[in-house]
Amino acid sequence: MAHEHKLEIFRGLLKFKSNTQKIWGVLIFLTLVTIVEVALGILKPAALTHSYFLGMKVLNWIFIILTLVKAYYIAWDFMHLRDEKSSLRRAIVWTPIFLVAYLIFILLFEADYIYHVYSDGFVKWNF
Amino acid sequence: MDSTVTTGTEENVWGGGNQPLGASYGKLMMWFFIVSDALTFSGFLAAYGFSRFKFIETWPIADEVFTHVPFFHGNYPMYYVAFMTFVLIMSSVTMVLAVDAGHKLQKTKVIWFMFLTIIGGAIFVGSQAWEWATFIKGDFGALETKGGRVLQFVSADSGDRLALRDFAATLEEERVDHERKNGIWYYKGDALPSYSLNEVVEGVKSNPNVLIRTETINEDGHKTVLTRDETLKKLNDATLVVEGANLVRNEYGSRLFADFFFFITGFHGFHVFSGVVINCIIFFNVILGTYERRGHYEMVEKVGLYWHFVDLVWVFVFTFFYLV
Repeated sequence: MAHEHKLEIFRGLLKFKSNTQKIWGVLIFLTLVTIVEVALGILKPAALTHSYFLGMKVLNWIFIILTLVKAYYIAWDFMHLRDEKSSLRRAIVWTPIFLVAYLIFILLFEADYIYHVYSDGFVKWNF
Repeated sequence: MDSTVTTGTEENVWGGGNQPLGASYGKLMMWFFIVSDALTFSGFLAAYGFSRFKFIETWPIADEVFTHVPFFHGNYPMYYVAFMTFVLIMSSVTMVLAVDAGHKLQKTKVIWFMFLTIIGGAIFVGSQAWEWATFIKGDFGALETKGGRVLQFVSADSGDRLALRDFAATLEEERVDHERKNGIWYYKGDALPSYSLNEVVEGVKSNPNVLIRTETINEDGHKTVLTRDETLKKLNDATLVVEGANLVRNEYGSRLFADFFFFITGFHGFHVFSGVVINCIIFFNVILGTYERRGHYEMVEKVGLYWHFVDLVWVFVFTFFYLV
């Protein structure tokens, strides 16, 4: 049962003395990220809402990236995937990532197509 | 199985009891469950993305829908959801601390941290119930057009949202609830809204300060507000008064919006609820000393995994439902 804990986060930039300390450190980091997200969500800086990348607002990309960062630290430190064998970690992480990426790709493309059918077609729906 | 003849201990690989992934059976099964459950949630969120991209120009703006904080009046977009997120992350932390204390076989500490986790989960579920109640009750009220689109109202002076009660006329009409007993085949009519369609329409006509806000989002990311002339013309399309939300229609805009809200946050809330129940069971087992006698606290670790997963899902729901 006595697991070895890896106590470094940010690729070794930050090393904690004990597992408990690492948990609090990760909490502080996750809280900071959430505060940034909420602040951006309330302020909605025009520079970020009016620029687009791959058809989506830059602000939304920032939200999604920050979410993935949060998800990484929850899975790695709270669910202690960091301390598991790499084979287990890969089986758990890459399977859903592959399936979900495929699902998102196919559904969003389809949705965009339907959007164009609605907006360019001759059937009126918004009345 | 001891009676089975084996040639010796050197054939350990096929002798059973091997853990190639370095995790026990129970823990692996919890991980399998989590992966499959993650795919279910992904399905929900991807479906949400699908509907949203399909109606990208008319989808409701979450900041304008979730503006309430209990015991406070006014417009506080997202503060309460941010608070809920924090509560859940915090309860995740107490859960890790419980697991950590379990590894060191510190029973009292496990009990206290499990207790705090349960309290955090209960606060979260309670908050979600409150949020559902607020969402279902609604705030401003709206009209629905023939095409099923929603028309909201704003004040021409300030640009603030107007509730139906702010301007609806009071007409001498008789409105009767259609009850089960009067129906041809025990059909029951929908509950009557606070104001009839006529009262709202007359209210708009007699009140030059009222403008209609449509679902369409303009280039600045705001909903389009019609001019007074357009408003009066648009009134002819109205067919229904909508207050609050149910699975068929809602005052916030696209019908799918409320459906996804109920399904995604509901499914997640159900997970939190079952998480609290499972946590309670483990909590009492810890108090009774079950794991003390067993010599390890792996059950705490397993429910911990589930609990963190619930937190993980919320992080995504928070982003895709409230932020993006």
